[in-house]
Amino acid sequence: MSEVLLRAHRLTRRFGGLVAVDGVSLELQRGTVHAVIGTNGAGKSTLINILSGELPASSGRVELRGTDITRWSQPRRARAGIGRSYQRTTIYPVFTVLENCRLAAQARHPRPWAWWADAAVCPHSVPAAHDAAARAGLSEWLDRPAGTLSHGQRRQLEIAMCLATQPEVLLLDEPLAGMGAEETERMLALLADLKPGHAIALVEHDMDAVFRIADRITVMVNGAVLASGEPAAVKASAEVQAAYLGGAE
Amino acid sequence: MSVTRSVPLALVLAGAATLALWPLAAGSYGVDFVTKTMIYAVLALSLELLVGTTGLVCFGHAALFGLAGYAVVRLSPPDAAASIFWLLPASVAVAAAYAAFMGALSLRTRGVYFIMVTLAFAQMAYYVVHDTPLGGGTDGIYLAVKPVAAVGTQVLLDLGDARTLYYFVLGSLAMVFVFLALLLRSPFGRALGGIRINEQRMRATGFSTYPYKLAAFVISGAVAGLGGFLFAVKDGYVNPELLSWHLSGSVLVMIILGGIGHLRGAVIGAFAFALLQEFFKSEALFGTFSKHWLLGLGLTIIASVALLPRGLIGAGALLGNRLRRRVGGSL
Amino acid sequence: MDAATFLVQCLNSLQYGLLLFLVASGLTLIFGIMGVINLAHGSFYMIGAYMAYALAPFVAGTLGGGFFTTLALGLVLAVLLGYVLEWAFFSFLYGREHLQQVLMTYGLILVFEELRSIAAGDDVHGVAPPPWLSGSLPLGELMTYPVYRLFISAVCLVVALAMWWVLARTRLGMKVRAGATNREMVQSLGVDITLLYRVVFAAGVALAVLAGMVAAPVSSVYPGMGNQVLIICFVVVVIGGIGSIRGALLAALLIGVSETFGAVLFPQAAGVLVYVLMALILLWKPDGLFRAGS
Repeated sequence: MSEVLLRAHRLTRRFGGLVAVDGVSLELQRGTVHAVIGTNGAGKSTLINILSGELPASSGRVELRGTDITRWSQPRRARAGIGRSYQRTTIYPVFTVLENCRLAAQARHPRPWAWWADAAVCPHSVPAAHDAAARAGLSEWLDRPAGTLSHGQRRQLEIAMCLATQPEVLLLDEPLAGMGAEETERMLALLADLKPGHAIALVEHDMDAVFRIADRITVMVNGAVLASGEPAAVKASAEVQAAYLGGAE
Repeated sequence: MSVTRSVPLALVLAGAATLALWPLAAGSYGVDFVTKTMIYAVLALSLELLVGTTGLVCFGHAALFGLAGYAVVRLSPPDAAASIFWLLPASVAVAAAYAAFMGALSLRTRGVYFIMVTLAFAQMAYYVVHDTPLGGGTDGIYLAVKPVAAVGTQVLLDLGDARTLYYFVLGSLAMVFVFLALLLRSPFGRALGGIRINEQRMRATGFSTYPYKLAAFVISGAVAGLGGFLFAVKDGYVNPELLSWHLSGSVLVMIILGGIGHLRGAVIGAFAFALLQEFFKSEALFGTFSKHWLLGLGLTIIASVALLPRGLIGAGALLGNRLRRRVGGSL
Repeated sequence: MDAATFLVQCLNSLQYGLLLFLVASGLTLIFGIMGVINLAHGSFYMIGAYMAYALAPFVAGTLGGGFFTTLALGLVLAVLLGYVLEWAFFSFLYGREHLQQVLMTYGLILVFEELRSIAAGDDVHGVAPPPWLSGSLPLGELMTYPVYRLFISAVCLVVALAMWWVLARTRLGMKVRAGATNREMVQSLGVDITLLYRVVFAAGVALAVLAGMVAAPVSSVYPGMGNQVLIICFVVVVIGGIGSIRGALLAALLIGVSETFGAVLFPQAAGVLVYVLMALILLWKPDGLFRAGS
């Protein structure tokens, strides 16, 4: 049984009268991809936001390697090794691809006091940025302003920026959104590549991709967990078929 | 390609050289005018760090400028020249302290709230110098003796002399410019840029953004304080209008007029604004109507923001592109 | 402080707070619905006061009317001004960055101030309240209270109630409240946005102008009165929460109390008190007391 890096215990999030996330428990183990699927509005993104620290939970607990991080701010969690990518691309359009990655990598070695230092030659962030960009397949476009990239390349940059902070846990919110077949293949290869060292949570709608790469699947409906387990079992479950996968397939 | 890189640098150096040689060509009015404009350029540079780099639109920067000025007058002994070696840091520290207070509270808000709150805190400072014995009321207070830079009894810099003061201000402006240029390319400066473009992403990457913003606010306030020190020393007189929001508004106009996002834009904007004021105030051009010069200024502000959102630097870049296309690639 | 003085200060607080509410509600609506921060809003207050001063002789002489005719005429002009201003200037500000809006409306303040200076000069003027409102009511044995100040409070209350009624009970009000909470949604629902914006803007101008006209006999008419009001309105909006009418009312009354009692109890710190209050509330609730649309 591999190491559990991130554990969510009965997370609940209320917005006034609406319960967006209802008693969700989840485990992310090193070396696995854990997919979270469900219809729109099922609470998947809210769950990711709670895990990454952007939203506080109304109740429940989040643990990172055994430490209770429920009260931790998002930056603190990021520094502790939780990285995330966003559904809507959140890159820095006016900076180059390299600078996007470098700035992300800088979070690990911020050096805010060194006012005389040239960030562009920082011995920590620059190599880390090159690394991350290479892994994401962006080495040819390092000098391009990020705003001029194609949609698929921007999604790659999203991942690269996530990798630049050298996280152990990756929370990926629909990384395949809007990608063509070739780009999807590239992304899936990257995820397979990343699996060994990391624990990956993947929110996705692309069912083919999910069943190819996920080691565990959690199905959410109306904020609560409907089913959770190995892909074959989830696919075979009658409830999941009725609620989500569309009955007799 | 290398030409476009070195054009800004060449312009900056040319500008510096012009400023250095100016007192030789200009009369006392000219020297006084440029000294004052350079002081405003320091103020504009400080605001550029906050607005242009970090994206925090502060409408209360005059308060930091003015408070330092008041500190100069209040802290100076009534009968002797203070030494700038302690007076300068002290007055800058006063500005930085208020900036810390103002920033700590204002940064709890975002967007439009931030603009309104900074304005309100500046007004707070205005009322303190206007209504309490700390200031001198509407009339302001006078600096009895201007400070000097002295080692023992040997006076190195007599800031009462117009030329000495001119070069001292020019030196300060150059130093501030270089410092900010270095700061902007440093990890801290890059982080500020990231916060401006996408604060959420910065937080998701692991930056605690509040301390960065507060630090930017305090540094910006300290530089504004330096401007206030220079102003008080130059005129020997401060009044509450130094903290007025008209000045805060004017500095914002300066940086947008010159071109936001560029340090030289702040300096260019300060000079452009000063020249615009002189233009509209000129009786030779407008006769008695010149007393309504704010009308022309107001219309120009509206027009320039609407038509030149990238400021004069943006307009210059557009022109440059057109020229390059005409002349051909190999320039 | 004896009972009568206390009562006087309470009434003053109420009057000042309600007047502030009138001006601030326009500001918060315009920002809440259209997303435009308008520094020139204080200028409308000033325009109202100057209109009261300038229109009175015209109305008396040419139209043979009195105070209410002046008010009515002023309101008509205000709505016209608002309409034209929105069409000619403010509609270009929607969607622009806050910095640009701030600077363009700052330029507008300068333009208004100078136009006012050209048209009406820089002197301080007094405006006489109508004779039938000039008396004083006795309070206790020694003190009296000016009837006109009560009139101001009454007018503001009536307008506040009318505003509540429009916002809570009419379809226009529904659209306005929806727009304050979610602008994009209202647009996509097919509401005629251009017209809605114009109406809201004109209403905001009218509110500020009315406040200025009604306040003129009490506050006098002087240059710079618009700017003073503007900054206090900003504090009202910050404390009350942008886009919230209820918040503006509560905050305005709060400030009315603190300014009035502050001036009596701590005369030197009076100007600063409002900002200290704002600072304290910011520590507790950085987004203001209420959310938009309430």
